[in-house]
Amino acid sequence: MGMSVIWAGMVLLSLACGLATGRGGEVAAAAMEGASAGVELCLSMAGALCLWMGVMEVLRRSGAIRALSRLLRPVLGWLYPDFARDGGVMDAVSANVSANLLGLGNAATPLGLDAARRMSRRSPGVASDSLCMLVVCNTASIQLIPTTVAAVRAGAGSAAPFDILPAVWLASALSVTVGILAARLLARLWRD
Amino acid sequence: MDILTLIVPLLLAGAALLGLWRRVDVYDALLTGAAEGLGVLLRIVPALIALLTAVWMLRASGALELLAEVLAPVLERLGIPPETVALLLVRPVSGSAALGVGADLIRTYGPDSTIGRTAAVMLGSTETTFYTIAVYFSAAGIKKTRYAVPAALCADLAGFLAAAWAVRLLFPA
Repeated sequence: MGMSVIWAGMVLLSLACGLATGRGGEVAAAAMEGASAGVELCLSMAGALCLWMGVMEVLRRSGAIRALSRLLRPVLGWLYPDFARDGGVMDAVSANVSANLLGLGNAATPLGLDAARRMSRRSPGVASDSLCMLVVCNTASIQLIPTTVAAVRAGAGSAAPFDILPAVWLASALSVTVGILAARLLARLWRD
Repeated sequence: MDILTLIVPLLLAGAALLGLWRRVDVYDALLTGAAEGLGVLLRIVPALIALLTAVWMLRASGALELLAEVLAPVLERLGIPPETVALLLVRPVSGSAALGVGADLIRTYGPDSTIGRTAAVMLGSTETTFYTIAVYFSAAGIKKTRYAVPAALCADLAGFLAAAWAVRLLFPA
């Protein structure tokens, strides 16, 4: 629903603005060009995207999620103190974070939802502090290798599509840290 | 030759070795993943077509420049390139829309330009916040979401600012 309003707003705004500035003809041409640009864009990134999805599938089958989960377990006990002794929740959460780190969104979501369902059993209908933390951590991207974006850059002719990695890590780390701090702070301040 | 230039062959070789060592059918896994990639593409093509139509219209009409100009004083003070304004608006709402708008910026301004890099880092370091919140809370049957939305939006805002700062810091123009 949100996107419907946004899309309609964009089209109406362009029409109004195009008429006001006397650029109606350009707007009409741009509509058709934009549509073909969408297809071209998709084709330009198709090869790289499929290749990376293949590599990620190799990593997944090689047990990379399980290996990362084991490493992450101690940190996650600190983030979710209420469930630190709940094996089911900790397993699901650490697998969820590991899949997110590897950029395996399709694997991460069901694991995260499993963790969310288990957490919600203690407080049905109300988001507990741990559940809020889980959601905040999943709305902040923590992907180690952003393959889709790299595929777009490669498609656009970048000299080194992965040279943004350090910048992405820095930005992700800051964003996740702010999210965690905000959740911790609001957990103390929030009055229902 | 620095390591980020070689990351593609290194990752491919590393994944292949790890797979062989763990007795995974590497080639079959590659093909399965690549086929899944086609599915992902098929899902985003319609969104890209719809979004780029609207974005190109906005650009041709001059509305995007106008919007960027209005918001420029605020965004520039924060260190965010005003050209990325459309990306900031759709990122929390729709992943495929954000990919469309971001990819268009990367193409228009060049993947190795400051604006192109900022758009790429923004895409890589943020998530589709509202979608994620909706999926998690409906799966867990949560009615009272308490502070989850404001906390998640704080993380988003920090991600956008950090993306712009990180690009300026690591790729001085």
